[in-house]
Amino acid sequence: MTETQSASGAEPPQAVAPPDDVAGDSARRRRARGEFAAERRVHEPHRIGLPPLGAYIRELWRRREFAFELARTNLRSQHFNTVFGQLWLILNPLLLTFVYFALVEIIGGGRRGAEFLAHLMLGLFTFRLVSVSIRRGAGSVVGGGRLILNTAFPRALLPLASVLTAFMMFLPTLAVYAVMHAAAGLPVGPHLLWALPIFALFLVFASGATMLVAAIQVYFRDLANFLPYFLRIWVYASPILYYVDEVPDRFKPILAANPLTPLLDSLSDVVNQGQSPSAAALLAGLAWALGAFVVGGLFFISREREFAVRL
Amino acid sequence: MLSASDTQASAVDEHRSRSDEPAVRVGNLSVTYRTTFEKKPTLKGTLIRLGRRERTVREIEAVRDVSFDVPHGSVLGIVGVNGAGKSTLMRTVAGILPPTKGRVEVHGRVSTLLALGVGFNGELSGRENVVLGGLAAGLSREQLRAKYDEIAEFAELGEFMDLPMRTYSSGMYGRLAFSVAVNMEPDILLIDEALSVGDARFKLKSFQRMRELCDRAGTILLVSHGLKSIRQLCDEVVWLQEGQIAMRGKPGAVVKAYTRFLNVSESDVALEEE
Repeated sequence: MTETQSASGAEPPQAVAPPDDVAGDSARRRRARGEFAAERRVHEPHRIGLPPLGAYIRELWRRREFAFELARTNLRSQHFNTVFGQLWLILNPLLLTFVYFALVEIIGGGRRGAEFLAHLMLGLFTFRLVSVSIRRGAGSVVGGGRLILNTAFPRALLPLASVLTAFMMFLPTLAVYAVMHAAAGLPVGPHLLWALPIFALFLVFASGATMLVAAIQVYFRDLANFLPYFLRIWVYASPILYYVDEVPDRFKPILAANPLTPLLDSLSDVVNQGQSPSAAALLAGLAWALGAFVVGGLFFISREREFAVRL
Repeated sequence: MLSASDTQASAVDEHRSRSDEPAVRVGNLSVTYRTTFEKKPTLKGTLIRLGRRERTVREIEAVRDVSFDVPHGSVLGIVGVNGAGKSTLMRTVAGILPPTKGRVEVHGRVSTLLALGVGFNGELSGRENVVLGGLAAGLSREQLRAKYDEIAEFAELGEFMDLPMRTYSSGMYGRLAFSVAVNMEPDILLIDEALSVGDARFKLKSFQRMRELCDRAGTILLVSHGLKSIRQLCDEVVWLQEGQIAMRGKPGAVVKAYTRFLNVSESDVALEEE
């Protein structure tokens, strides 16, 4: 979309700035002017529906503070900076866990123990990282109307801020899980480090899925109405309320088609079972995450120029 | 144009000597976009119309083969009836809409006041909206901190800065938006239909601030239906008609021709503006 060229190289502010500022304000002003005057933008038609990706990603990275600030502001506007707000951040997923556990226990005849509760809790909390991203991201572009109409910036920052919000909501639930982990007497050791790359892949997947949904929402505003049902079915089709190896053969294809199966299974193996993850599952998870990221990201970026006339 | 002995305006001269290029150069620009005429596009609606084989997506040729230069330190007015392509042109210069043909070259930092500017989330306070808008526009936190007090003071909102923007009156809204756009020390300021906000005193203040900007070699592109403002502020005026330049020249001449086209007398227009 936009190409930024700095006349004075990679670090224009430093290069243009006078060596030492004595007259504070006016010098600062001049420096700011020098920095901006060096800015030259050329807007030209895109060749294949995509803006130059390198320039796009540079602009995105330059404005990352915007995504962080938007995520923080979102949390603050929901009172998550107050004691009760934060308590709710933990209570909500915790209660959900107990509801599902009670449900599974009643249906399954009450033979499950604390270990299963830990598996369910971790799976559910991590699934919520993805589902909260998608739910919030769906409205991120449509809700950013005025900003989109007024300012030129990489629109992908809006859905990515939703992912950041979801991640900030996810972090405190990890502490809750840690308590559960200890209470269930599950093993603690260096093998738990495997969880870090797995969480990272969850984030990559969530980013791709969120960008995709955020872009589609612009064209189909009723998508947000379907989303809760879709996400609910997705929970049931994921190895959260059960272990992968308990699934009857006729339902196996559903699990195999679920992009989150390999990641959730690996996570349960590592954290709940204390095993190393299987290479096949990790690779499948990596493929799904990167695939979602590339497809969602490219779809979003190829459509985002249209958002200003579609809102 | 450039006097070496003039040290006071050194920043300005530095800037000019670096390039004799105009601040904004629009060359053979055409903008065509596809949009829908549905109020709220839905999957349901799309499926229903798919059955009936209706189409609501249409192509709009908003700007057609427009070329002009805007030199540093000048104000270009853009007039035209509703739907003439003024807003599309402004958005393309801002980099919000991509050109379909031709190119736009912009030399300097752009600040925009389009679609009523800041305030994309009414639940957030004026302060939060200002910070988010500034970060999105590519300013650093440090720059925003330095500018924030000036913005708040210029907008004269007092304690309203920390209240949700949904509590603002439309005048307050407009004042804050203008204050943000003009106080970011832009090289190029794009204003679309935003001068009618605020009371007479604020209007005067905003005119003064815009003049100051031009004195510092800033450039302004101004879209307005207020022909009196156009006459007062602009060095040159472009009249857009169906996406093409119908006339370009001195404000007096263009406004005269435009009002004749509108078939109203200038006193009627002046009346409309107040």
